[in-house]
Amino acid sequence: MKWTVASVVEVRDEALHAKTLVLDVPDWPGHRAGQHVDVRLVAEDGYQAQRSYSIASPPESRQLELTVERIDDGEVSPYLCDVLHVGDGLEVRGPIGGYFVWDVRDAGPVLLVAGGSGIVPLMAMMRHRARADANLRALSEMSLLYSTRTLGDLFYLQEIERLVEEQNVRAAFTLTREKGDDRRGYHRRIDKAMLTDVGWPPSHMPRSYVCGPTPLVESVARTLVELGHDPSRVLTERFGPTG
Amino acid sequence: MADEPFIARGFHSRRQTAPPNRLPPGQYETRDFPVLSAGPTPQTSLAEWDFRIEGRDGTAMRWSWTDILALPHETPTVDIHCVTKWSKFDTRWEGVSVDVLLDAARDAGVAEQPFIMAFSDGGYTTNLPRADLTGGKAWIVFLYDDALLVPEHGGPVRLLVPHLYFWKSAKWVRGLRMMERDDPGFWEQLGYHDRGDPWREQRYQGDP
Repeated sequence: MKWTVASVVEVRDEALHAKTLVLDVPDWPGHRAGQHVDVRLVAEDGYQAQRSYSIASPPESRQLELTVERIDDGEVSPYLCDVLHVGDGLEVRGPIGGYFVWDVRDAGPVLLVAGGSGIVPLMAMMRHRARADANLRALSEMSLLYSTRTLGDLFYLQEIERLVEEQNVRAAFTLTREKGDDRRGYHRRIDKAMLTDVGWPPSHMPRSYVCGPTPLVESVARTLVELGHDPSRVLTERFGPTG
Repeated sequence: MADEPFIARGFHSRRQTAPPNRLPPGQYETRDFPVLSAGPTPQTSLAEWDFRIEGRDGTAMRWSWTDILALPHETPTVDIHCVTKWSKFDTRWEGVSVDVLLDAARDAGVAEQPFIMAFSDGGYTTNLPRADLTGGKAWIVFLYDDALLVPEHGGPVRLLVPHLYFWKSAKWVRGLRMMERDDPGFWEQLGYHDRGDPWREQRYQGDP
């Protein structure tokens, strides 16, 4: 897999500590929703740093979008969020990862569970579904449960609310460090009751995609299996924030 | 494209805390122990657990949990390198050398083959040349840092092949199957390299 120099065509704020980079990648071979790319930064003296970032844009999109959470003591994410600007080049290679992927033609109900920046590959899945024709969409009902610490950590909030209104997606949020009224969502860590409310019954044979920090993924995947979901239909991608 | 690397404008090398000869290309040092796997963590009771080495002709050698514990233990301290870019230095394990298991299986009549598929609870597999599992380079381990290996890190028993990227060190390992050809395992079918030497940066199929 070859390294390619992409060009940055747009940088936008996505949350308090996250930016979305829009890239033009020459000869991009296409990707599936859920895959990621490797990014490489090389300094003048030859020093290099590499990280993986999930792709936020759907397969249908001509440009590649990455959403990067800024880790203060990190090495790559502060560069991508603070230094990189429109017109710069950025070395990428991909797409990578062929397991944690979803295609609308798979049909059947889907539960997406995100913790923090784990929303990114799931957003690619929601965007992919939104681009499909209405018949395929009707066959793949989608429900999202999205946990962040605070409101300011939520990525793509307006876009998700638009998908709820226009695309018959269900979405629930839980803000684990906010207090206050529950009308707009939960205020606790994801638990069995929440997964029962937001998810699909095991008898509907949903596919579940769980992405986020390890403790959340471990706990959600275990709870889904306890609720009776087939372990082979629970797909996970675990990561802590990478600098 | 030429091999000439593209210089990232305004990116500067950082003071390295790691000795450079310990960090393979493209890796960074972490003090955490991140967890990566594709599905829920399997829960297997030790009463049912066994470890098998299977030949191509249906022969097999089987060990129970207590059989494994009775074999001579080794305590490797090794650096590990994950394809997702983190490396962790001086990790301490305790387990049984794969040489001991393969020798016992051969003596019991399980014919050797040049390649091996490690298989795990939950359906995970990974392929390795036999030569990467022999010569004191690989173990099946049940203790990490003097404590029983927890399920999220592959317990009760995982494979440890520290000179290759860490996906080769199959979690929840239940056995080794002899193969005449280098058939791809789980991640290898999905585009990851068949050998996975971090020093040659063999991350993906097609890498040198």
